[in-house]
Amino acid sequence: MNLTPVPLLFEDSRPGRRCTQFAGADRAAASVGLPTSELRDTPPALPEMAEQDLLRHFTRLSQKNYAISTQFYPLGSCTMKYNPQVNEAIAMQPGWAHLHPLQDAGEVQGALKVMHQLQADLAECTGLSAVTLHPAAGAQGELTALMVLRAWLADQDQPDRRTVLIPDSAHGTNPASCTLAGFEVQSLKTGPDGLTDMEDLKSKLGPHIAGLMVTNPNTIGLFEENIAEICRLVHEAGGRVYMDGANFNAIMGVAKPGDFGIDMMHLNLHKTFSTPHGGGGPGAGPICVTEDLRKYLPAPQVVEQADGYALEVPSHSIGRVRGYHGNFMVLLRAYAYIKRLGAEGLRRVAENAVLNANYLRVKLRGHWRVPFDGICMHEFVARPTKEMKAQGVHTLDIAKRLIELNFHPPTVYFPLVVSEAIMAEPTETESKETLDTYVEAMIQIAEEALRGDEALHLAPRNTPVSRVDEARAVKDPKLCFVCG
Amino acid sequence: MPYIPNSDADRAAMLTEIGFNSVDELFAPIPKDIQVKGPMAIEPGLTELDLREHMAELASWNRPAGTRPCFLGGGTYNHDWPALVDHLQSRTEFLTAYTPYQPECSQGTLQWIYEFQSMIAELAGCEIANASMYDGASAGAEAVLMASNIKRRKKVVVSAGLHPDARHTIQTYLKHVEIEVVEAPLVDGVTDWGDLVDKDCAAVLVQQPNFFGVIEDLDQLTAQAKQADALSICSLYPVSTGLLRSPGKAGVDIVVGDGQSLGVPMGYGGPHFGFFATSQKYVRQLPGRLVGESLDTEGRRAYTLTFATREQHIRREKATSNICTNNALIALRGCIHMAALGPQGIEEVACLSRQNALALSEALTSASDSVQLAFPERAFFNEVAFRATGGDAAVLRFKNALAAAGIAGVISVSQWYADMDGVFTLACTEKTRPQHIERLAQVAAETFQMEVAL
Amino acid sequence: MRPSDRSYLDSHEWAQLDGDVVTVGITDFAIEQLGELVYLDLPSTGTAVSRGNSFGEVESVKAVSDVNSPVDGEIVEVNEALPDSLDSLQNDPFAGGWLIKVKVSGAAALDGLKDAAAYEDIVASES
Repeated sequence: MNLTPVPLLFEDSRPGRRCTQFAGADRAAASVGLPTSELRDTPPALPEMAEQDLLRHFTRLSQKNYAISTQFYPLGSCTMKYNPQVNEAIAMQPGWAHLHPLQDAGEVQGALKVMHQLQADLAECTGLSAVTLHPAAGAQGELTALMVLRAWLADQDQPDRRTVLIPDSAHGTNPASCTLAGFEVQSLKTGPDGLTDMEDLKSKLGPHIAGLMVTNPNTIGLFEENIAEICRLVHEAGGRVYMDGANFNAIMGVAKPGDFGIDMMHLNLHKTFSTPHGGGGPGAGPICVTEDLRKYLPAPQVVEQADGYALEVPSHSIGRVRGYHGNFMVLLRAYAYIKRLGAEGLRRVAENAVLNANYLRVKLRGHWRVPFDGICMHEFVARPTKEMKAQGVHTLDIAKRLIELNFHPPTVYFPLVVSEAIMAEPTETESKETLDTYVEAMIQIAEEALRGDEALHLAPRNTPVSRVDEARAVKDPKLCFVCG
Repeated sequence: MPYIPNSDADRAAMLTEIGFNSVDELFAPIPKDIQVKGPMAIEPGLTELDLREHMAELASWNRPAGTRPCFLGGGTYNHDWPALVDHLQSRTEFLTAYTPYQPECSQGTLQWIYEFQSMIAELAGCEIANASMYDGASAGAEAVLMASNIKRRKKVVVSAGLHPDARHTIQTYLKHVEIEVVEAPLVDGVTDWGDLVDKDCAAVLVQQPNFFGVIEDLDQLTAQAKQADALSICSLYPVSTGLLRSPGKAGVDIVVGDGQSLGVPMGYGGPHFGFFATSQKYVRQLPGRLVGESLDTEGRRAYTLTFATREQHIRREKATSNICTNNALIALRGCIHMAALGPQGIEEVACLSRQNALALSEALTSASDSVQLAFPERAFFNEVAFRATGGDAAVLRFKNALAAAGIAGVISVSQWYADMDGVFTLACTEKTRPQHIERLAQVAAETFQMEVAL
Repeated sequence: MRPSDRSYLDSHEWAQLDGDVVTVGITDFAIEQLGELVYLDLPSTGTAVSRGNSFGEVESVKAVSDVNSPVDGEIVEVNEALPDSLDSLQNDPFAGGWLIKVKVSGAAALDGLKDAAAYEDIVASES
């Protein structure tokens, strides 16, 4: 980590310094015929920097990050797996990067072939035959699928079914998407076994139910063993079942959601299919649905015709939720990933992800509280013991101490159904040795917590900044440099 | 297996250590009857060499517009960026990090996002900007949703000059929360608000320059919003601020747009990044992530994600938006590119784009009497709408002739605007060369000449 | 033990009757659960409130909580200065940190709320 402060671009700006330059610009000539009211007096006050200073600025900033390329990064439900270098090399090729979205189909057959094959492969992985690659991210995929559900209900003459059931362990995006799609949310309880409470589900089904959103494996890292029965009950009540596919990497090649009764789901290509997280995006959130829902999918779909591939708008499409055809450059990387792995490699992903997670769970369960201590899927939830809490140690302290010991912490304080949760997802791309060093660190921290070691409250001390005053950031907001 | 470091021996050792005999035992929680019976019908994996060759073969089926003379616009433009942008974006510390939830080990991402927010706010002319959105179209939809929440009104008026994809996105987003979208028509290429904007209206939205490249009157927009106590929203082509005023400075309340023109490959339409800027007073209604400056326990300057209670992971069904990510990696390109441009650079890009468009309009209208400016009374920026007297059929012939000459160009607008037969647009950037324009005019002269002869 | 001169709602609000006006606030337990407060959103005078329904929001950095009214009635006074001086809510929730005053129909307005001892049980069960 680079510990030296890096001044803001604006602070390093010096009048007259240049990086990019273009010849032939003439402000007077450019202004001819433009309404004076819309012309500006002086150019925008962007920083003035030389090229080598910019290179240094951003390189130094990069050295203030933990990343998969530098650290173990077991952020639960985020699936921080290795991002293959070859996919980046492919995406840099001008044959892909320089395609304009409004070129005729005849000029982009390679791109359309990639999308068409990806649609087919994702359909095969999920057992759901109709796929759209349009949504920009998982959250947008959810929203799109819920709009498909609205359209289907309207066609069934059931527009009054407005309630969607969501387990209380679900990610907050599920209820947020419901609101945007005009649904009301009713929460389902998690039982003592960490699975959806079947009695609670049965008591809440009825003629007002539009559907159920379920994450499977759920956010506790457990497979919903009653999933087929859950789907059957919801269908019987006249609703449809949506699966949040954030954790699909755990079951890929092992079980197909379409086979156990799921009607719709999204996939996060930046999780299961290895495309880089990029500091928080871009993702891609294709949705896969049953054949009867295909006609509602957003525009456009890639279809194969006699003279090649083409874009087509489904007959009852809900419309579009973004510009153009989807995050193509992300789709391209996911396509390359599937091509490289093939059917067998994709199943190995699930097997190794589940093995690595169980390895961590078993090695740590004697030292931490593991509230649902059965076989987990790709991730598991732990929490500090009562004795640790008695020493005033909280999960936040654990996370910060991990940073100090050179690990990115797991997801913390989620899922909400486990207080002080520490949710670790190692992924399949980590070696036994890496897992062992993490186990050692976690055992060391457990011992420190039991004796109330001060280090836990002071950590991290070897990072560019120590703990940040987040309350101050809200009470005295400084959101950009120029506005002060 | 690719990307899986553990060997069979490692796996066996791990299984033994945790008391299992096989990996299959770990799938016991999945009932047998719903487990797949055989392998998936997906082709066997390729070696990296085979993969690269396969992808090169598929890429050869494409004819990328950006590597030849390109006049395609319609919201995505063939701008240049320095090699610096590609290099820095490829640094794996940026590429393979996630959302900066832990500020102590994410200051790199947090600081550049803060710098990005600052530069976007400057271009937009607003007090604050967020960490980016998916794209321009969805940013527009989020803006009208935000306005509707602030004003607690259920109607918005949107200019027909807004990009068709953005208009359709707004319609899709708003349909389910029962907000009415009224379209203000274009008259002679600019938005005619008529008396559509009334007291029921939460927001008024225009695109600058509009889909036909025409520069809209932002004072009209803010006046319309003001008389109805609605919010004004502008969807901005950010490069234009090298020459044109920033909408926020004209009094516009919310400025959104697509950042593709700021150093982002066209990439067959995505991912680009969207941006979102507004006033400080609306910070609690803002969608998307936000980075703020604070101090650490030692009193050192530190950056952190802030105002998180607006977001879905805390507020759940009451969140301002369901958006979870920003398009960070692409916004990073924008951040580096804006800094690389600087004030002079962005002015040069804006001026050259406009100068080239002026030259193009001159050359094309002189090439043939069968092609005229579609809106001769209106000022355009870098994109120009023309009308072919021969209608769409003539436009198609022109487009095909250009393709044969190796030129990418011509967006026929009647696919979105049914009453605009024969209208097409062409766009210029700083990459447009005089010889490209000459060649395009030549092709026009030949094509439309033939037409007269026909 | 919390003050016994007032009544409590399960969702951690208190209500104190004086004539036909009830002063409403939130308890120290709620504040402790939230952590450092950063924002408070209160309605304006004249707003109608009803028992168990939200009239405002209080936020810490990582949590947000609805504030529910313990009584039915109309708001006659709001602690206008409070959103800008959250310290008094943080440190003095039972006095200087009051939120709103609600005009109610009579002493029966508090019927059905918990007394301090019963509220103590709720706190114990959630701790």
